[in-house]
Amino acid sequence: MAENAPPNSPALSPTWQHPRNTWLQVGALVISLAIVALLISFTGASPVSVVANLWDGAFGTTDQAARVIATLAPLLLCSSGLIYTFMAGLYNLGVEGQIIIGAIAATAILRGLQGVLPATLVVALSIVAGMLGGMLWSLLAGVLNVYGKISEIFSGLGLNFVAQGLIIYLIFGPWKRPGIASMSGTEPFHQSLWLVRFGNTDASPVALGIAVVLLIATIVVMRNTHFGLRLKAVGQNPRAAFLMGIPATQLLLSAFALCGGFAGIAGALQVSGLFHRLVPAISSNLGFLGLLVAMLVNFSALWVLPVAFFFSALNVGSLQLPMVLKLESSLSGVIQGMLVLAALLSRGLSQWKPSR
Amino acid sequence: MKLRFITSLTTLAIASLVISACGATPTTAPTQSAAPTTAPATEAPTATVQPTDTAAAATATETPTTAATAAATSAATAAATSTSLKVGLILVGPYNDKGWNQANYEAMQYVTQKDPNVTFDYVDKVNSSDRPNTTGAQVADDLIAKGAKLIIFDSDDFKDDALATAKKYPNIPIIHTSGDYSWKDGKNYKNQNNLINIMGQMEYGKMMAGCAAALGTQTGKIGFLGPLINDETRRLADSAYLGAKYCWTTYLKKDAKALQFKVTWIGYWFNIPGVTLDPTKVADDFFNGGYDVVISSIDTPEAATEAKKIAASGKNVKYVHYDYKNGCDLAPDVCLGAAYFNWGPAYLDAAHKAMAGTLTQYFAWNPPDWKDINNPDTSAVGFIEGKALGDKKSIEDQFIKGLGDGSIDLFKGPLYLQDGSLYLKDGEQATPQQIWYMPQLLQGMEGASSSK
Repeated sequence: MAENAPPNSPALSPTWQHPRNTWLQVGALVISLAIVALLISFTGASPVSVVANLWDGAFGTTDQAARVIATLAPLLLCSSGLIYTFMAGLYNLGVEGQIIIGAIAATAILRGLQGVLPATLVVALSIVAGMLGGMLWSLLAGVLNVYGKISEIFSGLGLNFVAQGLIIYLIFGPWKRPGIASMSGTEPFHQSLWLVRFGNTDASPVALGIAVVLLIATIVVMRNTHFGLRLKAVGQNPRAAFLMGIPATQLLLSAFALCGGFAGIAGALQVSGLFHRLVPAISSNLGFLGLLVAMLVNFSALWVLPVAFFFSALNVGSLQLPMVLKLESSLSGVIQGMLVLAALLSRGLSQWKPSR
Repeated sequence: MKLRFITSLTTLAIASLVISACGATPTTAPTQSAAPTTAPATEAPTATVQPTDTAAAATATETPTTAATAAATSAATAAATSTSLKVGLILVGPYNDKGWNQANYEAMQYVTQKDPNVTFDYVDKVNSSDRPNTTGAQVADDLIAKGAKLIIFDSDDFKDDALATAKKYPNIPIIHTSGDYSWKDGKNYKNQNNLINIMGQMEYGKMMAGCAAALGTQTGKIGFLGPLINDETRRLADSAYLGAKYCWTTYLKKDAKALQFKVTWIGYWFNIPGVTLDPTKVADDFFNGGYDVVISSIDTPEAATEAKKIAASGKNVKYVHYDYKNGCDLAPDVCLGAAYFNWGPAYLDAAHKAMAGTLTQYFAWNPPDWKDINNPDTSAVGFIEGKALGDKKSIEDQFIKGLGDGSIDLFKGPLYLQDGSLYLKDGEQATPQQIWYMPQLLQGMEGASSSK
């Protein structure tokens, strides 16, 4: 996959600065918003009320704002992790599966060690286990990519299905609630195994703290370290990187491991921080949302926080659409998709012209 | 560079496909306003739940009707008397699913028609598959923030959410349909004064469904399209079997051994692609495998749509609907009947209590109104006989009458569980607990009693 990147790709960030490109991007954004507004009008609602309700749904109450934070934490983790793989020229679509395996590993620790060790230690271990689980699952795709020449897009999607199958098997099988076979999830964990929360809300300072620390680490690594630089080199021109003596294999696998580890932590936090049990949709599709964030920020880790925050707010606020406007909440997904599409289109156009 | 761009687009396309696939199944946007629909309901809306008098003989075995032990002094009802009420209704599936959720949704419409001072907001499809990243408790938060003073969780699935919400908002009554946390004599009692459980005695509805199935089958093979496995679903499957066996042997004078009754569980209340078994396929397999009658026990109408389709190709197949009163309208010619819940009276009663500030913990397991099981104002459970019963309607009527006057009591020993162990001794009558916490399928039924 990475080998296919054309030589002499223009650097990724400079295109942002060019005034013409800025116009292109603004234009694309306006057009995409216009299309979204048109779509909303077709459903019989007013675009203004949709925006107002989305805002209200995300920040109207403490509970909702906390939910934005609760969504932000795993989303930041996935997006940060994906910065590594994107930088290395990899499209790690397996991130969903890596969240799931992280959640499974964390659940295994919580189930196995509850009551055996102090609760805080058990929760800490479950996060470590989640990280390791996600890492190993990601490395599976990495090994297939590096040694098997199998595109990480396909192996990732395939491994997502396997992870999904595994979690359903566990919930219906060995980890089922006594006397029950339902996809509604495992028995909730004792409250002592729940992550600390802000008041009586869904947001956890621990989850947010971990996510922010790892985001900052990612920014630092990308800007200030050789590792970041070499990752970029491998991603943009593996042949040149190879000639310069950069160990591509090792770097690619590191990128997989880091991304998987971050996603695995996200999975563990979903279990102990939010759901307090294992549910089939434990990832809440945040891995795919993370992919959109990472693509939208154009590999620039600095922008991850604002974009992820925006998407979290959109995601949480969308519950108001069916509740108040009787609209499908998936409309927020359409808005999201249109924005990303606009960003990619404008970027594509701006990079396409000069190379002719 | 172009390649990178194309790859980005492809990735995006795949991601959005997956997201939308995982996302909400596109039911059309509800057009119906939740606001109180006109209906100047001045005609005294006295529909109380308490199923009253005469049928006492029949219901004696399943006593636990509204045990409203109104601990009047309780702190939970600090909410003072008010003249209007907004209810927040949380549905696990689509509001228009022709089944469980629609029955709950229409019950709230009934309430607003009977009492225009009541309004309701609702959110449907609250399950982690349709609305990832959203829990029932979060939806309750939002509904309460929007002014709801009474919350109804409509699914067994929400028992943890209902309890958490009740704890979080001690002044707001929380109704959880089908649960048992507020049953003092149950196994899982939680002392949470603002948590209420409401359920209908669907055992009777399912017995009627089973009887109709037995009267309708030509092959003697009945399929039971089951949701997930738990106490409730085992209870209902067993009831259907008991009804089928009774009518098969008593009225049709056939050998019990010649009756096959097979239960297939799909794994959830409705189809979730890739997660549950596909109910369409399960229904198909039943019909094509010689099971000419399928009793639906899931939230959605796959049994009806498949029966209609297969009947149109010339096969003699029939179905019995569940949950929703108008289920026979889906395929009238092949419908043997519909056993349904009528939540309206119970919700109206709760709404009035909430307005009066007297809604505190109770467990209501409401029976049919045996004087008229299809009375919309008094009966919690009903059965609409289908066209496909034909001349056997009178037999079904006779059976229903027997259940009502207590002359037919099917939860009476000797009864054996699927593994051969004794459930009820000869002449022993099941206690409400023995019925509610049904441990297994019964002897003579095919299918899993618990998950493997």
